[in-house]
Amino acid sequence: MIRTLPCSRLYKVGYSLYILLFYIFLIMPLVTICVLAFNDSNFIALPWNGFSLDWFFADTDDRLGLFKDPDLMMSVWTSVETGFFVAMFSTIVGTIAALLFEEERFRFKGLLYFLALAPLVIPGVVLGISILLTSTYTGTYMEETFGWDMEFLSPGFWLVVIGQFSFGATYVMLLVGARLKKFDKVLEEAALSLRATRLEVIRLITLPFLRPAIIGAFVVTFLISFSNFNTTIFLIGSDPTLPVDLYSRIKFSSTPVLNAVSFMIVMFITFSAMISFVLNRKKI
Amino acid sequence: MKKRSGTFYLLLVPVLLWLVMLIVVPHLDMFFRSFRFETDEGAMIFSLNNYLAFFEDQIYWLTFVKTALYSIGVTFLAFVVTFPVAFYLTKVIAKKYSSFMVLLLLIPIWIGELVTIYGWMILLSDNGVINNFLINIGLIDTYLPMLYNNFSMTIGLLYMSMLFMIVPMMSALESLDDSLIEAASDLGASKWTIFYRIVIPYTTPGIASGGIIVFMLVIGDYVAPNILGGKSSLWFTEQIYNKFLATFNWNEGAAFGFLLLMLSSTIIWIALKLTGQKLEKVGS
Repeated sequence: MIRTLPCSRLYKVGYSLYILLFYIFLIMPLVTICVLAFNDSNFIALPWNGFSLDWFFADTDDRLGLFKDPDLMMSVWTSVETGFFVAMFSTIVGTIAALLFEEERFRFKGLLYFLALAPLVIPGVVLGISILLTSTYTGTYMEETFGWDMEFLSPGFWLVVIGQFSFGATYVMLLVGARLKKFDKVLEEAALSLRATRLEVIRLITLPFLRPAIIGAFVVTFLISFSNFNTTIFLIGSDPTLPVDLYSRIKFSSTPVLNAVSFMIVMFITFSAMISFVLNRKKI
Repeated sequence: MKKRSGTFYLLLVPVLLWLVMLIVVPHLDMFFRSFRFETDEGAMIFSLNNYLAFFEDQIYWLTFVKTALYSIGVTFLAFVVTFPVAFYLTKVIAKKYSSFMVLLLLIPIWIGELVTIYGWMILLSDNGVINNFLINIGLIDTYLPMLYNNFSMTIGLLYMSMLFMIVPMMSALESLDDSLIEAASDLGASKWTIFYRIVIPYTTPGIASGGIIVFMLVIGDYVAPNILGGKSSLWFTEQIYNKFLATFNWNEGAAFGFLLLMLSSTIIWIALKLTGQKLEKVGS
């Protein structure tokens, strides 16, 4: 049953076997993609035709490798840019929200906090369409009434940033708020009684304490943005982000270049995870 | 009431802007728009037609019901599949190995849904890895149609959501004192009794928050049903997607979006009431 209790051999073996099967289930799709990224074939699946780097570097009539495909590189870059802005705005507003809800008392705080948590239980598709509706009609209204052409309100880069920010800030608020709960309020009170202003206290004492959580939240929101599809698809303009680009390629023109892109993503995430694992272990 | 410092408003205003402009207004807007209907003469009127369209066309409400039932089913399946893993990682395996095994669980989450679902597409396709494997070991003679049906859709939904359940369950299990289990075992309780009289009741908060996250991800998902599901495995998000991006009937799409929002909120509300949880707990 648990470490300290003896149990039958059959139970132990059966349980370990189940865990093994679970992990095989878990890594099977990832291993498959990574292997087939090097398949010398024009089809995404088997049979295996031998090793080739074509889907990374080729530039021939029937094979366009990942690094030679300007559309694909462009959508990677769009995703990086989007992720950066989403992470930045979410981190700023989410941290402010964490400070507001943890340290201030005001009327309707409960209601506001509920609204701030709402993106967790609003399906991403619904967030996407509601923001699309409002921004489009607001944009049309502004143009017809005042003659202002507010480009960021029509589907495109900035609308994607706005849409992803709307739930990104919630994650930051939760991550930073969790660390703020461990903060010793006496430090702030000491600074206040030494005549620091409230803003100075936040800048010089609270924020430095929160720094690890803020950096962590920035990375988390970047990754959430980088892989988001459900909200993004409704807000996208002419420049797709990587998930949207991958989606349309999977649906309409799948070549093994998809395996190559996926291989790069899998490797990047795995290495980052390993590095953070090793760094964290050193600290302990 | 004491006078507010300027800092308070400096914190409040960005948060208010975020919540009002991106959460409250768009969803109210979506709600009102769902009652707008364009008559044959081109005039916009207030009507229930968008909702009538939903009830009149069988395919819509059948998909709606199917989405609801499947989401509950997949959530339950995710619990059954991952609970032994969460228990194993917190209570059975030696601590020094468990952190690495937990890290492996996080990798597919960060890689993102689109890549992993694509991996499953390759695995399950007619010319895919699993079919080739089964034929090579002589278990089957011809390709099994595993892709583009409810089976493949369920695998995809399970895979992309189940890992979100393990972490909350693990944190609940970690606080469960081993001596409780030891005591029950000393007093002659069977494994099964320990499981459903001690472990499950103690872990309920973790199961509830994990279950809600999984349910939300599944009911609002578009990628897995669309890429892995076939013609017969429709998902309600696909109907919304079609209304917005294929037929451009945004008012009806708004009504569908609102219905999805109501569906997910109702089921989550019931789940919270049944388990005596609060939404605030789910986030943390």
